[in-house]
Amino acid sequence: MELLMAIVAGLLFTAAIYLILSRSLIKVVLGTGLLSHGAHLFILTMGGLGGSAPPVLADGAGDFADPLPQALILTAIVISFGVTAFILVLAYRTYAVHETDDLSLMKGNDEHD
Amino acid sequence: MINLLLFPVIIPFFTAILLLFFKEQVRVQRVLTVIGLSAGIVSALALVSKVKQDGIQSLTLGSWPAPFGITMVSDMLSALLVTTTLIITLLIAIYSFSSIGVERERYFYYSAMLFMITGVNGAFTTGDIFNMFVFFEVLLIASYLLIVLGGEKRQLRESIKYILVNVISSAFFVITIAYLYSVVGTLNMADIGEKIASIGQPPILSVIGVLMMLVFGIKAGIFPLYFWMPGSYAAPPVPVLALFGALLTKVGVYAIMRIDTLFFVSDLAFTHTILLVLALLTIVAGCIGALAYFDLKQIIIYNILIAIGVILFGVAQMNEPGMQGAIFYLLHDMLIKGALFLLIGIIIFVTGTSNLREMGGLIKTHPTLGWMYLIAAFGLAGIPPLSGFAGKLLIIEGGFTQGHLFGTIIILASSLVVLLSVIRIFLYAFWGEPRPLKTTDRSVYRRMMVPAVLLVALSVVYGVGTEWIYPYVSDAARVLLDPDSYITAVLKE
Repeated sequence: MELLMAIVAGLLFTAAIYLILSRSLIKVVLGTGLLSHGAHLFILTMGGLGGSAPPVLADGAGDFADPLPQALILTAIVISFGVTAFILVLAYRTYAVHETDDLSLMKGNDEHD
Repeated sequence: MINLLLFPVIIPFFTAILLLFFKEQVRVQRVLTVIGLSAGIVSALALVSKVKQDGIQSLTLGSWPAPFGITMVSDMLSALLVTTTLIITLLIAIYSFSSIGVERERYFYYSAMLFMITGVNGAFTTGDIFNMFVFFEVLLIASYLLIVLGGEKRQLRESIKYILVNVISSAFFVITIAYLYSVVGTLNMADIGEKIASIGQPPILSVIGVLMMLVFGIKAGIFPLYFWMPGSYAAPPVPVLALFGALLTKVGVYAIMRIDTLFFVSDLAFTHTILLVLALLTIVAGCIGALAYFDLKQIIIYNILIAIGVILFGVAQMNEPGMQGAIFYLLHDMLIKGALFLLIGIIIFVTGTSNLREMGGLIKTHPTLGWMYLIAAFGLAGIPPLSGFAGKLLIIEGGFTQGHLFGTIIILASSLVVLLSVIRIFLYAFWGEPRPLKTTDRSVYRRMMVPAVLLVALSVVYGVGTEWIYPYVSDAARVLLDPDSYITAVLKE
């Protein structure tokens, strides 16, 4: 099961990297979304998927799931949700102001060298 | 168990929430910001004296026993950093009153600033690696708002880059924590330190160490990972640039200092050699950038890189003078970078450009600005008795003690480049033929000068008063070099 999850996380990272390396702004934003999904899946897997009982301590309960990765993944999901919402709005504004969504046209260099 | 160490984190937090209710009353916002930050400074100073008297303070929230709950730890290093952060933020806030503009103030500028300080102080204080990730996100999200606030064309373009880099580095942070958790099975930093020491750092942990260096290196801007920094930092207005330059990169440096002294101490030949080489390359890259540009902002931004290299070189020595020097230099650099950014902000305000070639002769019209800039520039280069001297001296002593002759010579040579790059600003902007200036309000200029002069004065006091500050710094260095004292203070309470 861990192996399967690792492969799924790896596929997500592959897709994320492909998208992030593209020129279109919206694809890059979607790529960061996939990247955080991959990271979240990964944190769940690395905690170990064993355990069938709910993580409630009771006398004699031995085979319970590790609750900590679940708490971590929840926090991380909320954070990446907020950041993705922000970055989508920002991407739209940038598109509206610059009138392009091609990142290679946004190189720009206003410095005096 | 003491709640005092939470105050520098939650006072800015609650002040920021309070400010959200006064969107249109800019005056109220300003007053509340000053009150909140002053209260924060008082609590931080109380914390420093408490830590000095009674040693490391720790608090595990929710009354859980130490490795299970989220722990906040304040040793001397984090107490000093928290204090410096609050002082610099107060002065930058006062500077913003007359320079940031009412429009930005109305759109939650001060709230964002205080939320960012919450994140910065939290990251300095936390004793839990996942909690550090959360505080990093707090400060990053506030910094996303600060960098884009105003919505100018250039700001939007650079914000996208800044945010993408940081989102990717945050994803790496989560992945690294996942690896670390799967190996040691705990998130409490003291507990991780103890577990790694007991299993003797197998190679997988060295890989995790390098991954962590990657994550924090992106934040700190060390050598191959700094390319986002000069462009992004130059986009927002100067007070925001000062906040970022003085504080944000230093959070990354602090995190590297912490993990490389607490976690990855069993295989110094591997992790710390990488750190050493990267630090030196950072210095070289910073030197090239600082000399290459004729743009005020870029020159000082590249000087951040040089300073980060110098600090991390001190950390990589892992001996007493090196570590003391790194801490001395870290605090010095926060103060002096704040001061320099505020001063070049005034130069840009007066001349209306950041291009050095279009300036000249300012010393005739603005003598105070000129002399203050010169003092700050000498302080940055480390001319005794100003503030950069003691730190650099100790770092160099540490380098020679450890036998890193070549690296130490690069540090010494970089001081000359730093001096040259900042004096170039002085020569071009203040000497030479006066250029016609656009008419600016003299009283605004004076109001902007007050916080800048205070910050320069503070850095001079920091330099001249080295003798009084030394006991605090040596306390901080002792904890870093003796991770057991940190672990004991957290776990055995």
